[in-house]
This record gives sequence, structure tokens and C-alpha cells, in this order.
Amino acid sequence: MKKTAGILLLCGILLLMLSVISCGTRRGEKKLEVFSWWTAGGEAEGLEALRKIFVAQNPNVEFINATVAGGAGSNAQAVLATRMQGGSPPDTFQVHAGRELIDSWVAAGAMEPLNFLFEKNNWMSVYPQGLIDIISYKGKIYSVPVNIHRSNVLWYNKAVFKKYNLKPPETLDDFFNVADTLANNGITPLALGDNGIWAATHLFENILLGALGPEKYQGLWTGKVRWDSADVRSALSAFVRVLDYINSDHAALSWDGAAQYVIDGKCAMTIMGDWAHGFFKAKGLKPGVDYGWIPSPGTKGSFNMLSDSFGLPKNAPHRDIAIKWLTVCGSREGQDAFNPIKGSIPARTDADRSLYDKYSLSAMNDFQSDIIVPSCTHGAAASQSWVTKIHDVMSIFVAERNVDKADNEFQELATRFIKK
Amino acid sequence: MIRSKRDQRIGFAIVIPGFILLGIFVYGFIGWTLAVSFSGWEGILPNWDFMGLKNFISLFHSERFRIDLLNTFFFSILFLGFCVVLGFTLAMLLDKITGGEAIFRNIFLFPLAISFVVTGVVWRWIFNPTVGINALIKNLFGINIAWGWFTETKSFLGFNYALIPVVIAAGWQLTGYVMAMVLAGIRAIPIEVIESASIDGAGEFRKMTDIIIPIIKPVLFASLIILGHISLKIFDLVYTMTGSGTAFVTDFPSMYMFETTFQGHFYAEGSGISIIMLLLVAVVIVPYLYSVLKKEKA
Repeated sequence: MKKTAGILLLCGILLLMLSVISCGTRRGEKKLEVFSWWTAGGEAEGLEALRKIFVAQNPNVEFINATVAGGAGSNAQAVLATRMQGGSPPDTFQVHAGRELIDSWVAAGAMEPLNFLFEKNNWMSVYPQGLIDIISYKGKIYSVPVNIHRSNVLWYNKAVFKKYNLKPPETLDDFFNVADTLANNGITPLALGDNGIWAATHLFENILLGALGPEKYQGLWTGKVRWDSADVRSALSAFVRVLDYINSDHAALSWDGAAQYVIDGKCAMTIMGDWAHGFFKAKGLKPGVDYGWIPSPGTKGSFNMLSDSFGLPKNAPHRDIAIKWLTVCGSREGQDAFNPIKGSIPARTDADRSLYDKYSLSAMNDFQSDIIVPSCTHGAAASQSWVTKIHDVMSIFVAERNVDKADNEFQELATRFIKK
Repeated sequence: MIRSKRDQRIGFAIVIPGFILLGIFVYGFIGWTLAVSFSGWEGILPNWDFMGLKNFISLFHSERFRIDLLNTFFFSILFLGFCVVLGFTLAMLLDKITGGEAIFRNIFLFPLAISFVVTGVVWRWIFNPTVGINALIKNLFGINIAWGWFTETKSFLGFNYALIPVVIAAGWQLTGYVMAMVLAGIRAIPIEVIESASIDGAGEFRKMTDIIIPIIKPVLFASLIILGHISLKIFDLVYTMTGSGTAFVTDFPSMYMFETTFQGHFYAEGSGISIIMLLLVAVVIVPYLYSVLKKEKA
């Protein structure tokens, strides 16, 4: 009899353990789980600034900061996919506005429309229409953008440019001239850190934008412009030429390692989104004094945009609290606390300009006057599936530099993913 | 001992929960993965349209997957060779020394206690082409080495040179394991056998090839199996040390599976890769299990 009792006890303990695992969060508790990939420098501090505002307004709520490290959110998106698939979504999660939001989550019916929130807070008038378009699907809005980043920025070391009496390159031809001068003086012209291949794709999308111009570039993502056209082919050739001017250890570095090379004067320039601005500032450099910026070669007048936003998944465990969080994210106060620290510009057009530095003000001006185009690498222009396959082609292309092969493969991908 | 019916029933009851859990969480999900690999599941929503072998065919047409298989092949051979040759040599040497054996044994065994993730990060710095081993040699001897180590994109007959640092790192971690196994095997050989061979005039080399190796063969075989399945499934070490690498020079099926499934949402393709990996491991493990079973019966 004793044995049977022991076995029953064991089974009981096992069942108890299972039930403890299964009810980690219960509805009705005052909790908020915010999922993001903001772990580094200015990003984490920006999130902290948002959290402070939220906690001040909702003092009884326990704030759970669920971040997953990894450049451009690569690891976070994997964790998120698993959680969404498993039916345990976070209360709200960071997602790139655009195809990443729409194709991955909205089209699959995993998100709640947020029109009620936009109407209640009168956000329709303060968000630019172009931005509202890219977070909408079949007439409904699905996320709250907190910031705008610019992808097509060339950052340069001012001391190096002054030493060799160079002007920041406006066109690709300028770029090659400047690069030749630098190379002849023993300085690596362009820093690239493509240990995560997305940085190479990032460089390529901006060369593509420079070579094609904004209309044709946008056409690539909608099917109006073919990838196997002469324009794209010449952009690929230009990209191959640019690769001749990069640091030899690019495959061992990440983007911030490349930015560090520019700080150190080892390299003169890098083409990276304006989170590099946050990185430079965190390193104690002065914008406009130690480092300068200019739209990447040939892209003057275009604003290659990406935006971080927060959405509301269906079946969020704490829906009411999540809506309060989204309200903070969309508020002027929240965006003005978050963006000056992160180095991005607010998604709202009514920000307090006195809070922003020289670079951000120039980006805010450009955002209002330039043609806005969506970034591919950062989820605005193409679905995650398409971007993943583009990275695969890129990885081989960077080493083989076979223009024809890459071009055909890009066209195959476009045919496969646009018809859906 | 004759077991009573009641004891048998209790034994059965104890095994059942574990059996059920294993059935669901291991074999059930293998079946699930197999089913997904024949489906057309792309994106977040499942799509159970039966696609037959389409996913597998497109995988073998994918340049990345072909590179991955070649990488796995070369990596496994080099990694196993590295560990067995070095581990065996170390065990032979340790067997000979009289003092301080325990110290050396522990030194060689310690890397085994470290997680692959830590090993990966450390060796990533050592083989960094700018600040790692190249800088050390330059500072010490003034020789400039322009070798990219894990960023090298050169290859020979499909073998990517970038795999060499990965082999060294993995070998560094697991050589101690082979050494410990072999050392235990050597210690189990009756001393009389070795001594009588010496009396008959056999040299050290002869003793090694004709006595020690044949006797410890099962030990070597077992460690080959263990290392083999580690190398076929390798992920964490490579993911933290090198990533996929330019032109996938250090890419493996496991990394392709992770990226395509969880970043690209190609669930069917990812399941296909998992199934192929499972088959590769089965090719190594099943003959071993079969031979063990046969011995047990005999």
C-alpha cells in the first residue's frame, strides 16, 4: 500500500509542476509585458524614458520589460513568432511599420485594429498621411508608430575629411572620387560591418535608391519596376565597385563596430541608419563637430524611412493596460521623451523642436519636404519572408560579386513574393 | 529473482508517465514536423495543402543548403579526426606520466564544463582577423598575416577554409572528452597483457597498434558516435562564434533552419531541414544502437 501511495504522491507533484508552468500570467492582474529588441545604448534608455511616463500615470501596474538582444531584431522576431504561434502573445510588441507588420501579423488576423485609439486621441491629424497608409490594411490602422528612422544617411569623420580637404560626396561619382583620394592616403574609405548580413543589404538598398531614384525604387516593391532591368543591374555593378572600398574585416564586425572605425579615423565614412547618430552621441561625440552627415550618394531629396511601432495582438493578456501603454507611445510627451535619447525623430509632426539636436532637426525638415520611400532591410517595403531570402542572395553576392546571377535571383524572388 | 505480478504492475505504472511524455514531446513532434515538411506552410497561418516532396526538392536546389551539407560533411570529418587523434595522444601520454596526472587530466577536461556559447564568444575574439591572433603575431614577430580566419571566403574543392577556426574551437572543447574515455579504456586493460607483450619484445608502437587500440575499439567507437551527433547538429557554437558568414562559409543546416523558420516564417521549408538533419543523425546512431542491441541479446 505504501508503494502505491508513493506513486500517487509522485504523480501529484508532477501534475502540480505542470499546472504551475501553465499559469504564468493570469488575466485581471495589473501587469504589462512590453516586448522589444531595445537592449543597447540609446535604445534601452529611450524605452526607459517611455516606461517612466507610463509608470507615473499607472503607478499600480507592474511593468515587465521583455527584451531580446540582436541586431535589427533578428532574434526578437524569432522569439515573437514562437510566442504568437503558441498562443501566448505579449501584451504589446515592437514591430517595424510596413510590410513586416502587415504581411506577418495583420494579414494572419493576429492583430486588433486601433482606429478607435487614433480617433479618441485625435492622432489622425498629427500623424503624416503617408505613415498612416503604411500601417493600414484594408482601411484599418494596426499599430502606433513611436519614431521615424532614416536609412539613407552617410556618416563621415569630419577631421579626416578636413585633413584631405574633401567634400562629403553627393553623388556616386563624387563618392568614388573621394574614396580614391582616401584610399591613396591609406585610409579605408567606407566602413561596413556585415557579420549580420542585413548591414550589406542596408548598404545595397541605399545604393539602389541612389541609382534608381525614389519612384523606380518604390516600384521594385510593388511590381511596377522589374528587378532584371538595366537600372537594377547598374546599381548592382555600382555596389560591387563600392565593395572595393570597404574594410577587409567587414564580415567579423557588426554595424556598431563599423561606426567605431569611423570614430577612430580608421575608416572615413559609413552608410547606416540614424541609430548610428545615437551611437556616436553615446560615445561622447558632438554632431556636426566630430562627425557629419549627408544623404547617402545620389539620394538627396529622398527619405528612406523605417519606423518602430507598437501593436495590440489579439488575446493580449492585459488588453486594457496595453491600450494605456499605446496611448503613451502615441502621445507627444512620450515621443518627445523617447526620441531625443534614441536618436530618431518623432512620428508625430507636432513635436517640441527645442528638444532635438542639429541632426534630428535636419532629419525632421527632410521628413516633411522629401519623398518618403520605405526601407527594405527594416521591414517597411517587403515582408519578412522576402527580406530573409534577399539576405540569402546578398550573402553569396557580397563574396562572388556575380551581377547577372544576383539580378536573376532578385527577379525570381520578386515574382514569387509580389503576386501574393 | 522472480518478480511478482504486482511488482511488474508497479514498475509499469512508474514507467508510464515518462513514456507518455516522451511519446508526445519527442516522437509526437517528430511526426508533426514530418507532416509540416510535406505541407505548404509559409507565414504565420498554417497551410496544410499536401505538397509531396516539393519542399525537399527545392531545398536541394537551394545553393545555401548545398553549401550547408558540404560544410557539415567537412566539419564532421575534421572535427572527429581532430578530437580522436589529439584525445588519444593525450590519453597515451597521460597514461605514461607518474606525477601530476590528475592535474593534467583536469586541465584537459575543463573546457567540457564550458557552454558552447562561451567557447564561441572567446574564440570569436581569438580568431578576429584584426584584433585576434593576427595582431598577436604582428606584435610579437612583426609579420603581417593577411588571413581572414573565419571570414575567409576562399575554398578548396568545396571545403571552406573558414571552417578551420570552428574546428579548432569545437575540438578544443571536446578533445578532453575523448581523452577521458580513452584513458578509462586503457586503464581497464589488464596489466599482465601489456607486460607479457613487453617480455615478448614488443615496442611501444607495436603495443599501441596491436593491443591497446583493438581492446579500446568499442570505447573509441562510442565516443565517435557521441561527437558525430554533436557535429551534425552543431548550432550554438557557430551562431555565437561566426554566424552564417559571407557566402555561407560557416553556415550549417541548423542555422538555415532557425533563420528560415523563425525569421522568414517558412515553416514547411524549416521542417524539411529538420527532417533531413534527423535522418543524418539517424544514419550515425541507428547502426550503433543496433550493434548494442545485438550484443545485449547475445
